[in-house]
Amino acid sequence: MASYTITVNNQKRTVDVLPDTPLLWVLRDELNLVGTKFGCGIAQCGACTVLMNDNAIRSCSYPVSAVGTNKITTIEGLSENGDHPVQQAWDEMDVAQCGYCQSGQVMAATALLKRKPNPTDEDINAAMSNICRCGTYVRIRKAVHLAAEKAAGK
Amino acid sequence: MKQAPTNISRRNFLKITSLAGGGVLFGFELLANVAPEAAANAALFAPNAYLSIDANGIITLMAPNPEIGQGIKTSLPMLLAEELDVDWNKVVITQAAFDKEKYGNQSAGGSGAIKGRYEPIRKAGAVARQMLIAAAAQTWGVPEAECATENGFVIHKTSGKKLSYGELSTKSASMPVPENVTLKDPKDFKIIGKRIKNIDNKNILTGKPLFGIDTRREGMLYCMVSRPPAFGKKLRSFDDTEARKIPGVKNVVRTETVVAVLATNTWAAKKGRDALKVEWEDAGKLESTTEHIAAFKNLIQQKSEKPDRNDGDAEKALASAKKVLESIYEVPVLSHAPMEPINFFADVRDGKADLYGPTQVPGRAITDVAKALGIAEANITLGLPRQGGGFGRKLRSDNVVEAALISAAAKAPIQMLWTREDDMQGDFYRPNSMFKYKAAINNNNELDGWHLTAVALGGRPAAVDNFPAGALANYRVDGHSLQSNIQTGPWRAPTHNAVGFAEQSFLDEIAHELKKDPIDFRLELLERAKNNAAGKVNYDIEKFKGVINQVRQMSNWDKKTPGRFKGFAAYYSFSTYVAEVAEISIVNGKPKVHKVYAAVNCGQVVNLSGAENQVQGAIVDGLAHAWYTELTFDKGTVQQKNFNTYKMMRIQDAPLDVEVQFVATNDKPTGLGEPALPPIAAVVCNAIFAATGKRIRKLPFGKELNA
Ligand code: FES
Ligand code: FES
Repeated sequence: MASYTITVNNQKRTVDVLPDTPLLWVLRDELNLVGTKFGCGIAQCGACTVLMNDNAIRSCSYPVSAVGTNKITTIEGLSENGDHPVQQAWDEMDVAQCGYCQSGQVMAATALLKRKPNPTDEDINAAMSNICRCGTYVRIRKAVHLAAEKAAGK
Repeated sequence: MKQAPTNISRRNFLKITSLAGGGVLFGFELLANVAPEAAANAALFAPNAYLSIDANGIITLMAPNPEIGQGIKTSLPMLLAEELDVDWNKVVITQAAFDKEKYGNQSAGGSGAIKGRYEPIRKAGAVARQMLIAAAAQTWGVPEAECATENGFVIHKTSGKKLSYGELSTKSASMPVPENVTLKDPKDFKIIGKRIKNIDNKNILTGKPLFGIDTRREGMLYCMVSRPPAFGKKLRSFDDTEARKIPGVKNVVRTETVVAVLATNTWAAKKGRDALKVEWEDAGKLESTTEHIAAFKNLIQQKSEKPDRNDGDAEKALASAKKVLESIYEVPVLSHAPMEPINFFADVRDGKADLYGPTQVPGRAITDVAKALGIAEANITLGLPRQGGGFGRKLRSDNVVEAALISAAAKAPIQMLWTREDDMQGDFYRPNSMFKYKAAINNNNELDGWHLTAVALGGRPAAVDNFPAGALANYRVDGHSLQSNIQTGPWRAPTHNAVGFAEQSFLDEIAHELKKDPIDFRLELLERAKNNAAGKVNYDIEKFKGVINQVRQMSNWDKKTPGRFKGFAAYYSFSTYVAEVAEISIVNGKPKVHKVYAAVNCGQVVNLSGAENQVQGAIVDGLAHAWYTELTFDKGTVQQKNFNTYKMMRIQDAPLDVEVQFVATNDKPTGLGEPALPPIAAVVCNAIFAATGKRIRKLPFGKELNA
């Protein structure tokens, strides 16, 4: 076991875990931030997507020991009141079916919009590789475009 | 509308969860423990198990069936709210736990919940509304007939007096329960048929603990399981010396079939599980997909002992045909792979079991756990969280029983979690199947004979009464089921998901052979079924024609655009009619699906947004699996163990748009979670044929196109 202090949602948190513990399980089991989901464990599905600084990472394949001083943001910390433009757009488009993949989708979209505030369909195709088993891709695409409009204040 | 218990602090929430066996049990506990008389004392009006109104005007509606992504937690309460006549934005929705006495059939499967509950649930709302009216009429000393309701108030029409449901709740509880109630005329619907958003949106989008996998209880241990590596293997013995050395591992227990490692967090449990040295022994044949395919090829050349359907004389029609078309279609094994891996919470101690987790069949789960543990069903509670997908996987109770047995062995509360690899090897798969079709074209250039021989790995190989049965004088279906120790089971739209592809592709082949437009050809056959029915006609001809004509129009079927190609199919299942058109182009040898159009007749639509989402999702789901996904076995072991090799479609290949139109009707609702899936594989493969001249007869088609 080893002790790690990491910054999650703007708070410093200290955990005592095995050094190879993926960030995902630190978030879910130690910090009780269960909005970040487990889907495959091998960086394929994106259910575990969180932000590291401004980039999307797959926390199931990112050991806690590698986080260092980088800032982690999870779905719980995306906004104070659940009203980040991406969250708003997802609600307005009524994207979710089972909802299980959606926190990862939202985090992936957030990272994309930070890089490309006005993404094209091609940008979305390239950046969003999260799996949705329920097949909500049509609405996800519309929601990303809507979020971009909202963020631009349109 | 609110979610119970959003206004409760996290701490209280957890307290309530642990008290009641699940956060969602909050409202239920109130109701469960309150008889109507006592309700008056508690100032709670709960005329039936589906709703309650307290003196503060808080209206709680119960969602009785498990939410697996089909939208039932939103749509069933909509039915209640409609008849109760309340403001949707002011109700609290609570997921009921399992309670057979109160809620009857609480399963989620066969696209049946709305169909089965449409009237009973509306009646539950109407009864309460009638009692509220009675209470108001008595308060004012006026006849009930002079009272109406609106948005949570009873109004005296002549005087304009008004009382809120909250003010009336106590008195209403003492009113007689009406025996007959009148349901609203559909033209007065204010909620049913409207676009209502998923009631869990906010919780989903802010990462609240909604799912079984999110369960956290006092003293709970995280559990990972070592399960047989192949069908045909079983547990002999294990050595846990290394596993117990992993920091955080607290215990290792075995049941008859598996070894479970219990730890203080998931990662320690997984490392412990991986460090076990387990010996497996042979318990049956170790089967491979290649052997199954070889057996299929043999079986489809044979007639079954008794045909599943036999109208006229298909063999004679084929023998005397001017031309015979023959094609063999094939689909692979699929895993359900719900996004939320298999898990369950179980606390089995002192002859009692407290269970919480994802299942589509809570009733069966309780029965099976009671049997496995040797305790009475009455000593088992089962709470139902939101579930990260079902697709049929959770129609079995295996995960519930496994978790309960582990908890009983460990004498501790545990949360069992399978890895994706465990799930891929431990599923009840969509069987692979093969279909041999023969069509007889007579001297008048008409289709007049049809012979299907189908074989599947376990289960029902063919949907025998499918169109074009009824339209053809000579029609025969033979079915074979190949027995195997690889377990198969229902996967979204069972049997139909395979037959839809094969049959709708073959019909397209025939249309091309006859040089007929594929839509005209279907309509012609339907006309024949109408005027000259052969045997039982299982579908409503006018409804079928209705969706076909509608999709023809909405997709501009008859207009040709250079570089764009269209495919069509129509399918009837779960009492619902769906016709679909896809428009594709070929980019660098690969199909690009620009748009899919769907016309659907599912009777009255309950939630327009949810219904549209189901149809869009079923289309994307069906397309995804047709394009990429297959599972094969080698000596009883799956060869695709996770999403790196078990390919799932990503957004880049999804259609840019799926336009859905529902036939406007107030007929009773029929199924909707599944029926849009069966036709889509053929729709796209027929479009690929139109674009390239290549006929896809084997899925996944991505592999075929590269072959
Ligand atoms: S769980 Fe991390 S990518 Fe699937
Ligand atoms: S909404 Fe169910 S997996 Fe995406």
